[in-house]
Amino acid sequence: MEPITGAEILVRCLRDEGIEYIFGYPGGSVLHIYDELYKQEDVKHILVRHEQGAVHAADGYARASGKPGAVLVTSGPGVTNAVTGIATAYMDSIPLVVFSGQVPTALIGNDAFQEVDTVGITRPCVKHNFLVKDVRQLAETVKKAFYIATTGRPGPVLVDLPKDVTITKAEYHYPKKVKLRSYNPTVKGHAGQIRKAVDLILSAQRPMIYTGGGVILSDGSSELVELTQLLGYPITQTLMGLGAYPATDKQFVGMLGMHGTYEANMAMHECDTLIAIGARFDDRVTGKLDRFCPTARIVHVDIDPSSIAKNVKVDIPIVGSVPHVLRAMINVIRDEKLKPDGEALAQWWRQIDEWRKMESLRYRPSTEVIKPQFVVEKLYQVTEGQAIITSDVGQHQMWAAQYYLFDRPRQWINSGGLGTMGFGLPAAMGAKFAFPDQDVACITGDGSIQMMLQELATMKQYHTPVKIINLNNGYLGMVRQWQEFFYQKRYSMTYFEALPNFVMLAEAYGHVGLKIEKPGDVEGALREAFAMKDRTVFLDFATDPSENVFPMIPSGGGQNEMLLAERDEMVSTHEEGMVLV
Amino acid sequence: MNNSNRHVISILMENESGALSRVANLFSARGYNIESLTVAPTDDPTLSRLTLVTSGNEQIIEQIVKQLNKLIDVVKLIDLSETDSIERELMLVKTKAMGEQRAEMKRLSEIFGGHILDVTESTYTIELTGPGGKLDSFLRAVEKDAILEVVRSGATGIALGQKALHV
Repeated sequence: MEPITGAEILVRCLRDEGIEYIFGYPGGSVLHIYDELYKQEDVKHILVRHEQGAVHAADGYARASGKPGAVLVTSGPGVTNAVTGIATAYMDSIPLVVFSGQVPTALIGNDAFQEVDTVGITRPCVKHNFLVKDVRQLAETVKKAFYIATTGRPGPVLVDLPKDVTITKAEYHYPKKVKLRSYNPTVKGHAGQIRKAVDLILSAQRPMIYTGGGVILSDGSSELVELTQLLGYPITQTLMGLGAYPATDKQFVGMLGMHGTYEANMAMHECDTLIAIGARFDDRVTGKLDRFCPTARIVHVDIDPSSIAKNVKVDIPIVGSVPHVLRAMINVIRDEKLKPDGEALAQWWRQIDEWRKMESLRYRPSTEVIKPQFVVEKLYQVTEGQAIITSDVGQHQMWAAQYYLFDRPRQWINSGGLGTMGFGLPAAMGAKFAFPDQDVACITGDGSIQMMLQELATMKQYHTPVKIINLNNGYLGMVRQWQEFFYQKRYSMTYFEALPNFVMLAEAYGHVGLKIEKPGDVEGALREAFAMKDRTVFLDFATDPSENVFPMIPSGGGQNEMLLAERDEMVSTHEEGMVLV
Repeated sequence: MNNSNRHVISILMENESGALSRVANLFSARGYNIESLTVAPTDDPTLSRLTLVTSGNEQIIEQIVKQLNKLIDVVKLIDLSETDSIERELMLVKTKAMGEQRAEMKRLSEIFGGHILDVTESTYTIELTGPGGKLDSFLRAVEKDAILEVVRSGATGIALGQKALHV
């Protein structure tokens, strides 16, 4: 076989791995790679306007499609700009492979132009990373990177490529499989534990199913639906888990946690058996740990052993992939014709229905000013609940999660773990690359959207029509809400005295801009926007600046200490809670 | 920190550049305590053996073990505190040795099974091995002013009996 350059090897690896799109930005250390990309058409390179946008776009693509995202950036600032995106993907366990240029091996450590210690900088926010020092190891390293990124608990993997490695030559051989003696994730759950879990689950008087992003990442949605319906138990989902179980089904009691529904949090607090699946007991979910599910025996299914018993002690841990473990549970229940306690369950549902009567998501409608919740409700109606929705971070993110009912996995894309403002727009673009024929909307706010605005140009270049739903209240709303509640309305640095004219801005980038100021115009504007199938439309909604996200568990509170919009105008916390965020 | 929750964790890991920083990084990022850490290649040059001494309650130690196992470069590990094991540390001490001190220091070294590696007109350099506690006792036995320099390797350890950590 004829030896070829490292750059050519890399591009062939991407092709053989089945990578359709790579999101990136060129620079000195990756010139050879860009030259090889130029010579072929299999791997399409998407030129973003900022490296953070490249990673978020690849991330959005991965979340929407289930396939790994690929990124290519140059050394130095190329990498440091990408770090926020990498950390975002890491916190939400998204499979990505990021290729970064590096100064030539001979210059590493010399403070060369555009040199940073990429492997060192990214180490805390990747699942693994590699520095390739020998071109002969390049192909195998790329294979390992994709293998590690996509198996077990997924996550971003970075491959650092010194420039000389991309120039020197080696024979190309892309291994079909790689084996790492130090990495062997458990997929099948322990049969004995599964059996014990089934017994516990069926003995429940007040059961609760609590699921997270792990169900979506492992494509375990159909098994989850089957098991939940077989049992007839109530189910709640985390922010990351929405869509794995259809939100319009009556067994779904809404999202849980800080801004979850009253019924979900009360049912968590009162349940006697908790079945946690692909969720990690995050602080936004548990509230005050010593008051979390005080009477529950807990089954926890997760592929990552370190997620189990990290925050909350569990009674039956099961390490394994969600669909495998749930399938095994379903089989035991079906084979042995096991049935839950019907009478206890009926009584439990009566209690839950009482909690539901609180209508914790009710808000005060207005004919004068646009309520942000109203916009999301109308968006849901206009898109018939079918659009892929991405969001940024803040109040609008919570309203999106509360008022858009997600019925399928991979329909809801947001930065849950890291909470990265600026994520929504490039992620929407990535999702559109994965599903060009589906409607994609980015629900955002006037703060978040300004963090990645430049990607409007990328969206123009590649014709990825997305609808941008800007809930513009002039404030950094979520921070403002906390200042109102906990800092006696001292609105420190949360009001934007100057905002761009978003309509003109959208037009400047070659898109359509619409300004909506009256509640009566909301639906019409949305219909108009979605009718423009091939255009990106920026819908700038002037929303009520004083609106707050309810219900809410103030930090430091227990699950049964929810504050409701109409009942609790005044919100406060205690000293202990003020320390928490 | 009481002694009962002190743990000696012995790790077999890929002998790759950066592997050590992954372990050290993990401890600092998650706020775990490292009392000591030693590392060297094994008879198989592709593997390193790393011994670290840490402390924490049961839940913290469980997390430390799980998080270490999660590192891609970690092949296997054992918590030596959970099994019959032996722990050794090497210490090099430079002491003053003048006048009456000279004989006393030599005798003390002998009591602790040490070796005097280097002798000058006014100093001894002594080598001692043993469990950490024994080395502490030696330092306590020596007059404080007499100690010029102390170098300790940190603990290493191995399980007793047939149990062996290998690939």
